[in-house]
Amino acid sequence: MSYLTQNLDVVLPRRPSDAWSQMSNPMSIDPQRQTPLLQTIGLTKRYGTFLATDSIDIDIWPREIHALLGENGAGKSTLVKKIYGLIQPSEGEMRWQGKPMTLAGPSEARALGIGMVSQHFSLFDNLTVAENVALGLDGKEPFKDMSARLEEVANVYGLPLDPKREVWRLSVGERQRIEIVRALMQDPKFLILDEPTAVLTPQEADQLFIVLERLKAEGRAILYISHKLEEVKRLCDTATILRGGKRISICVPRNETAASLARMMVGADVKEVKAAAGRRTTVPRLVVNDLNMELDDPHGVRLEHISLELKGGEILGIAGVAGNGQNELFSALSGERLAKDPGMIVIDGHEAGHLSITSRRKLGAAFVPEERLGHGTVPRMKLSENALLTGHAASGMVQHGFVNMAAMLATVDRATEIFDVRKAKRDPEAASLSGGNLQKFIVGREILRNPTVLVVSQPTWGVDAGAAAVIRQALLDLAASGAAVLVTSQDLDELTEITDRIAVMFHGHLSEPLATSDASREKLGLLMGGSTLPQMEANDAVGA
Amino acid sequence: MLLVLEKRAEQSNTVALASPLIAICLTIVTMSILFAILDKNPISALGVYFIDPLTDGYSLQEIAVKAAPLVMIGIGLSLCYLANVWNIGAEGQLLAGAVAGSWLAVKTQGTDAGAWVLPTMLLMGAVAGALYALIPALCKVRFGASEILTSLMLVYVADLFLDYLVRGPWRDPAGFNFPTTAKFDPVATVPALIEGGRLHLGVVIALIVVAGAAVLLGRTIKGFEIRVVGAASRAARFGGFKSNRVILLTFAISGALAGLAGIIEVAGPVGHLQPGISPGYGFTAIIVAFLGRLNPMGILIAGLFLALTFIGGEQAQIAMKIPLDVTKVLQGLLLFYVLACDSLILYRFRLISPSPKAHHGVV
Repeated sequence: MSYLTQNLDVVLPRRPSDAWSQMSNPMSIDPQRQTPLLQTIGLTKRYGTFLATDSIDIDIWPREIHALLGENGAGKSTLVKKIYGLIQPSEGEMRWQGKPMTLAGPSEARALGIGMVSQHFSLFDNLTVAENVALGLDGKEPFKDMSARLEEVANVYGLPLDPKREVWRLSVGERQRIEIVRALMQDPKFLILDEPTAVLTPQEADQLFIVLERLKAEGRAILYISHKLEEVKRLCDTATILRGGKRISICVPRNETAASLARMMVGADVKEVKAAAGRRTTVPRLVVNDLNMELDDPHGVRLEHISLELKGGEILGIAGVAGNGQNELFSALSGERLAKDPGMIVIDGHEAGHLSITSRRKLGAAFVPEERLGHGTVPRMKLSENALLTGHAASGMVQHGFVNMAAMLATVDRATEIFDVRKAKRDPEAASLSGGNLQKFIVGREILRNPTVLVVSQPTWGVDAGAAAVIRQALLDLAASGAAVLVTSQDLDELTEITDRIAVMFHGHLSEPLATSDASREKLGLLMGGSTLPQMEANDAVGA
Repeated sequence: MLLVLEKRAEQSNTVALASPLIAICLTIVTMSILFAILDKNPISALGVYFIDPLTDGYSLQEIAVKAAPLVMIGIGLSLCYLANVWNIGAEGQLLAGAVAGSWLAVKTQGTDAGAWVLPTMLLMGAVAGALYALIPALCKVRFGASEILTSLMLVYVADLFLDYLVRGPWRDPAGFNFPTTAKFDPVATVPALIEGGRLHLGVVIALIVVAGAAVLLGRTIKGFEIRVVGAASRAARFGGFKSNRVILLTFAISGALAGLAGIIEVAGPVGHLQPGISPGYGFTAIIVAFLGRLNPMGILIAGLFLALTFIGGEQAQIAMKIPLDVTKVLQGLLLFYVLACDSLILYRFRLISPSPKAHHGVV
């Protein structure tokens, strides 16, 4: 092993290209596979009496893509944070190449050869790619050399990047590339990727998998955190499944089905959502006519010529990579920002472009934003007060300016009952609920108002599978009762499961909707990447 | 061993109640040390500060009279602070109200004006205070200027303007050149509640303000709007609440209450307009607001407590030759400790051992 260690510890010399070729050689001779690259033994993290992870053993071998599967709150991120030195374990041991390892911080992890690409990028929008990379390196190398090396590493791995471009000009996929290249420039032996495909189009994800396969062939180990089971089956050699902080099983994902993996993650069969038979579409309930909206912050997205028509009984999905104008569209539809012309947005036959969010609610619209805490709810207020937050517009909660506490509590109780919101007491603070339960409450709060139009953004983002099924079923049931439902999501599986039609947002434009039955991943992926589909151009020609 | 602050899942109500009490205890401990350093017996000094004023009727009335402006202003400030805007200039709004109300008293001096004078003065005081507070609020809403700086700086403008008036145009011709207006007519004076007593109408108004604020914050959609804007501005916008409107409203209310407190002070205990009509009520009310946990009932209690320190401070100066500035030190320490203890509402202390054992535990 010492032979391997020495060679891997070579810091890149002046001629990087040599280093890259040298690097793969000793690795390919290796391994007896006697000692894992990284080993955790009984790793435990305790917060008060709560066990975030409970004696977890994992062995990570070189030349392995190891999946870490689990629902939200299963302990995935707690485990990864310990391995990357961000938090200290309460009990247990970590071994690196057979030797005990303690990490005082991420820089020590990086020095050993552990790299991490997190789900949330830590990039400065106003700096260039090279400047951002320089900030993340421990940096004794002159900036110019670093820039050159950056370009070289990027090209070697087929992750082209222009070091001089400012980050705000880049797409989300390109931003993720920066994070990956930044990690690779430290020549890690072990790379942790946290939900890397969450922000990618299917095609971009395919490209990423090629890179990961290559890193694996070079002898590196990868810990791949995901809840996309098909991906894991395709890519990963081993999977460790966590549930409630415990390791539930280790398996070879190729030998499992998506359903069996899901069962291990959730601990029960996941209920399938069912669309009501014979849902009929009725009158147009939400119409957007050539909506244009200027930027309100310099890094936002301008909405251009957005038109859609959504009938009662129908669910329309909006797909797209994050940051292509979905948030701006939500603000425009909800009335958090007003449209230039009243006719640009029509809710249930009333021109509403100039109306406030409260007036739009009075017309029968309801909204569920992407951020649960701080946008959809006030984190440190009780659920009853959060019911009032959107309920004050049109319900019995306010009479002559006075609030009716009984009506607020009744809404909490009904949402709790119908949507199975689990909480410690009758009326706790919003922040004390788990993500899934809070989302069920938010969706429930809006559905209990019997809206005729529901605009919902990322309905099941970061929500456990059980809660996601409840929420999706609620959306289907609402549409079945005659409401129009607009769902924005980055999860194509979710959109395919519940929508009737899917449109794609790209750079502030909205594509023509496709019938969901006709919307293959390939077609959607192309639209998400900014291409136009041939037959749609043909349609346009007919229309013109 | 390592002492860490750990976030609580939910705010602790017990600590929310205990925090001001812990702060008071810590202040008393620190003050004892300070008295000892000043070569005064801490026990008797604390007795003079906190016990003696409670033992005679005159002092008790005086505490209520001093608490009235503190409570009124503190209530107004608490609305601003709940909305997450920082009105530091209540002292200036108090002076603006005092000046505006006094104008009518000076103009009707010696005329046979009727009983309408005092109510009109109170109204003018409140309106002037509100308008004066709207200056920083508008600057913030319109230009994004920091309301902390602008409201504070306007205190000195008001202070010097008052100074100019009583030394110049409004000076009492029969006042031996003292910088003061003539004594207000009886119709321009706040009546005492009991003949010969110190309690006056202002005390009643303060109690009404407390009750009104409790209803506003606890029962009305307006109060909810104020709290939501302060707690999460994005959620407020999502709820359909306009934060700019709330900023203007809370500044106007707190300015009005400070202005009202100012004119009551001038037309009541002082009886004429002069420099130094307020011993820093506008600033002390900031402490009152926080010590009272931004809660109307809490503010009532905190106002009484700080009034006690004012009275106790005066008595300590007389009885033990303790400088009056020590009272300000006490009040400052109190604010410091209150804010420090407040972090315990959302966080708790925990001892953790970073011993190497942790890494070699269960295998």
